[in-house]
Amino acid sequence: MANVDNNDMDMLEEGQDVEEVTAKEEKVYVASYWQLMWWRFRKHKMAIISVVILVLFYFVAVFSEFVAPYDPEQYFVQYKLAPPTRIHFIDTEGQLCWPFVYQITQEKDPETYRNIYIEDTETPYPIQLFVRGSEYQMWGLWTMDLHLFGLSVPQAEQGIFLMGADRLGRDVFSRTAYGARISLSIGLIGVLLSLTVGIVLGGISGYYGGIPDTIIQRVIEFIRTIPSIPLWMALSAALPNDWPIVKTYFAITVILSLIGWTYMARVVRGRFLAMREEDFVMSARLVGSSEMRIILRHMLPSFLSYIIASLTLSIPSMILAETGLSYIGLGLRAPAISWGVLLREAQNVRSLALAPWVLIPAAAVIIAVLAFNFVGDGLRDAADPYAR
Amino acid sequence: MFGYIIRRVLLMIPTLIVISIISFVIIQLPPGDYLTSYAAQLSAQGDTIDAQGLKALEERYGLGQPIHVQYFKWVSGIILRGDWGQSMEWQKPVKDLIWERLALTILLSSVAILVSWFIAIPVGVYSATHQYSIPDYVLSVISFVGVGTPGFLLALIVMYLAMSQLNQSVGGLFSSEFLLAPWSLAKVVDMLKHLWIPVLIIALESTAGSIRTTRANLLDELNKPYVETARAKGLEEGKLIWKYPVRVALNPFFSTVGWSLASLISGQTLIAVVLSLQTTGPMMLRALMSQDMYLAGSFLLLLSSLTVIGTLVSDIILAWVDPRIRLRG
Repeated sequence: MANVDNNDMDMLEEGQDVEEVTAKEEKVYVASYWQLMWWRFRKHKMAIISVVILVLFYFVAVFSEFVAPYDPEQYFVQYKLAPPTRIHFIDTEGQLCWPFVYQITQEKDPETYRNIYIEDTETPYPIQLFVRGSEYQMWGLWTMDLHLFGLSVPQAEQGIFLMGADRLGRDVFSRTAYGARISLSIGLIGVLLSLTVGIVLGGISGYYGGIPDTIIQRVIEFIRTIPSIPLWMALSAALPNDWPIVKTYFAITVILSLIGWTYMARVVRGRFLAMREEDFVMSARLVGSSEMRIILRHMLPSFLSYIIASLTLSIPSMILAETGLSYIGLGLRAPAISWGVLLREAQNVRSLALAPWVLIPAAAVIIAVLAFNFVGDGLRDAADPYAR
Repeated sequence: MFGYIIRRVLLMIPTLIVISIISFVIIQLPPGDYLTSYAAQLSAQGDTIDAQGLKALEERYGLGQPIHVQYFKWVSGIILRGDWGQSMEWQKPVKDLIWERLALTILLSSVAILVSWFIAIPVGVYSATHQYSIPDYVLSVISFVGVGTPGFLLALIVMYLAMSQLNQSVGGLFSSEFLLAPWSLAKVVDMLKHLWIPVLIIALESTAGSIRTTRANLLDELNKPYVETARAKGLEEGKLIWKYPVRVALNPFFSTVGWSLASLISGQTLIAVVLSLQTTGPMMLRALMSQDMYLAGSFLLLLSSLTVIGTLVSDIILAWVDPRIRLRG
């Protein structure tokens, strides 16, 4: 592989005197494919920022019990629809200090009878990192009570709600952190499922051609004619209501992949078709390599980057589909927590006007989707580092 | 050309048959059949179950018979008698419910396509002719965000803004006094007043994509020799751009109108639910929720058929525009 690439590079630089090759250019010549890809990817600033954001998001998704200050189902009756807790950096004497929050008390507005929350500047509570709080089962395996941040006072006295509290007084931040686990993983698992089916069928289609190709292409064309959202709606409506969360989760993933694989299969097939005619495949065949070896050793590495790029670009639609389905009540249902389920809180426009912070999970969805789009875009550009 | 159209129409038939089978299977997926839940619903309301009426329905849809018999009864009912089945929730034949909704859906989608072109083409052309300028960057960022923001979340945000800033509810296509009124001029005027917000939201998703496509296509064209030639001959720049490269760059738009219509219809389903529009989406959702399966199945069948027809129209336009396709056949 590397030899072929170097030849390509030499040909591109034809006419240039070999003597003049500087150290920098030499570095480019001998760089491996992945190195070239990385150099190119690095230039896409938004993609790099997005990678950082995604790493952060997935960290929250993996360690949501630790990141969330409270149990997502815990009610704080005294903080129903409380706005995001204000974090102060400057104390009453005007000194810059460690971030803290004030004691918040609930009062009734004398005119509207709505709950209003008033800060009591007499009692500040500093925010602490790695604080011991409510107990939880880490990944359902062992019991812990360490949280990334929180207040040192017992929860009954004062809570910290970075994104406010919902209708029942549950911490929106904790719920969003837990929701990340389902919402972000459904995209990954769905895409991997689509990829497996897509690679097998797309590979057969592209490598062998002929009748299998025609059949698979017809099936793909057919699946793509059915409008995806109505089909997803109909299929997930058929899932029994009494299924446990895990089962529904996997069923939804399968339903989403039912359409997703066609896209992957197209990409794989296109690559196979292009690659089949390449000289290095022909040489491998002439020296007597087995079909499996040609595919795995020679073809796969050269289109892996394209597959990764298309994978990244198809994750957002999965995340969006899950959010959409759960939002309208056909996907996951409470007590499952996903961003779509959380957004059901925002269904009533009037309550939305009172507590706009229940829309914050939507921001999480949009940021995740945009980040995946940018990373995918950067990867697609970098996938072919030899193109100018 | 004529032969090509005939061939494509014939090819469409098996697709439609498979679609009808899938829609039917989905109707059958929920446990229990429609009559059982219908009877249960009636007795829950305290009505006495009319044994004879049930018997007649059972006969009409072949319930209790093998599944393929039921399928043929259902399909032949649709094709021969225009009978789409009975909606148990609405207590009405499905055919009385769907057409108005479907018409509104198509209307909304078509207007949305026009609006999105109306925005996307000038913006895309501007972006391409002013490549790497500040407005180009700004527009690129906006269209990127637009591609990433799903319509139904945008709908939610717009509803929130309208509620909190203007204290106005933006849902629905009609004012309450026209909701159940028969069609009249006043109702149409009322609808036009409500139409623009949903249209803009539905259009936005495809607009952002279209801006990117126009920009990319036009950038490819701008470097071609014929543009240089025209410029060398002293053609005025604005005239040159709009008359030649833009027309070539826009080709894929018009030839994919059928596909974009299909994806718009699919995409607006969720938006319609959020904004509670009187289109197919919310009614289909309700039908699915209450297991009103003849209604839901009819929607699935109709929406899929629309997509198939849309694809056909696209292909025919494509073949008409580009002779190479129809020759290859």
